[in-house]
Amino acid sequence: MDLIRLKNVEKRYKNGVTAIYDLNLSIEKGSFVFVVGGSGSGKSTLIKMLYREEKPTQGQVIVGGLDVAKLKNKKVYKLRRKLGIVFQDYRLLPKLTVYENVAFALECLGEKKNDIRMKVLKALEDVGLKNKIHSYPDQLSGGEQQRVAIARAIVNDPKLLLCDEPTGNLDPVKSMEIMQVLEDINKNRGTTIIMATHDKEIVNKMKKQVITLKDGHLVTNKKKGRYEDEAI
Amino acid sequence: MKLFRMLGRSIRDAFKSVIRNFSLSLASISCITITLIIVALAVIASFNVQNFTQEIEKDMTIVVFLQNDATEEEAEEIGKQIKALENVSSYTFETKQEVKEKMQQESDVFNAVLENFDEEESPLKDTFQVKVKEIEGIKGTAKKIEKMEKVAVVRYGEGMVDKMVSAFTSIEKVTYGIVFALILVTIFLIVNTIKLTISARRKEIGIMRLVGASNFTIKTPFIIEGMVLGVFGSIVPILISTFGYIAFYDHFNGYLYSELIKLVRPEPFIYHVSLIVLVVGIIVGMIGSAGAVRKYLKV
Repeated sequence: MDLIRLKNVEKRYKNGVTAIYDLNLSIEKGSFVFVVGGSGSGKSTLIKMLYREEKPTQGQVIVGGLDVAKLKNKKVYKLRRKLGIVFQDYRLLPKLTVYENVAFALECLGEKKNDIRMKVLKALEDVGLKNKIHSYPDQLSGGEQQRVAIARAIVNDPKLLLCDEPTGNLDPVKSMEIMQVLEDINKNRGTTIIMATHDKEIVNKMKKQVITLKDGHLVTNKKKGRYEDEAI
Repeated sequence: MKLFRMLGRSIRDAFKSVIRNFSLSLASISCITITLIIVALAVIASFNVQNFTQEIEKDMTIVVFLQNDATEEEAEEIGKQIKALENVSSYTFETKQEVKEKMQQESDVFNAVLENFDEEESPLKDTFQVKVKEIEGIKGTAKKIEKMEKVAVVRYGEGMVDKMVSAFTSIEKVTYGIVFALILVTIFLIVNTIKLTISARRKEIGIMRLVGASNFTIKTPFIIEGMVLGVFGSIVPILISTFGYIAFYDHFNGYLYSELIKLVRPEPFIYHVSLIVLVVGIIVGMIGSAGAVRKYLKV
């Protein structure tokens, strides 16, 4: 079954810029998908529509059975609980430790302390940071901070993990470490992963499904694809 | 269970943020304090005024003198008419003879003077003493009685009563006006305090939204923070009004100026006042923070 289905989606921002034109797309459960394209190609907009930071101006976006465009502001949390999101700038809370940062996600949902503890430790183990749970974000390297962010995104065991340029601030070695973590999550937890990136090297090494966007149009959608030069 | 856990967290967050933004919180708290002191004074005053107007109302009578030539039947008829009036609660009737006897008992001078008159030439008149239900309506009632046949004179202490009623109502209006204005200022200050908290926690709120916290979860800590400000703000007014009123009551032995103005006994009255002050504080804090949340928290 498809986890995500987009039908004739168009997104035009209020300033008149159209970021996405007539996009049709479906993504299977359990897949690992790269969304590639240069700056302004619409890949961030696509990701944003999937977690309803932005609403499509036309068409249908269905994520896990929820029609995102019709979702009322008050009900957005229902969608957000089904997915995890990772950003380029990590978005950790500086005054909380690694453990507390990850636990924060579950505290917001009102889970029990014992459950929180179990899930947080499991998630931190999955990203390989179990030995740093009492550190603060500013005591960690960029790669480690991004792994904390990933742990926070997966702690609630979501069906879908959205990553908006997660390796954008990292060097190639650290980037590959992050990719390894993401691949493990995809394999072991069965989490569907959609990752927007413009890192050619990563895309070519991973050999996953690649969706290429250019100026808001879908150019290619290939299984085991490569970073197409025309997308640059 | 889940709700209680969330509520516990909200309360903890609220106290944290009151302490974190201490200077602005203090400004809000002081403003609430001043407002509530005046609210407390207003409540105490209005309860006392109500209390002694009620006392006065109980004593307030319209005295009706009939014309000298009124017969017994006519007097009886007038009695019926008075009874039928809306605002009348009860009346008593005294004949000339009864009035005369009463007055003679009251003083030796009257006794000596009245001794010389017999029934026919007595200057005294048959008298009704009418009690009213509502003091505000006493004027109208008096006028209606005045129009009845064979009624000579109607008296109810016109000037005094009118002035008293209008003085109380204008004092009440001014107090309500002041309280209203102060509450507005307080709400404005609370909105700003909470706004600061919201902006200080913008990042946290963003993450809460991303991980799927419901709007209720995000808003509650700020609403509770406003209520906490209200509770803190009501402590001093409650202490002042409680001990102040007890001291005031003891100093005047329960009466103000004369036996006529009786103060309300401090217990349990002062507990009611404290409760009103606390509730007003909490509600004002809640309204302020709800306003700030609606305005500055786009969730």
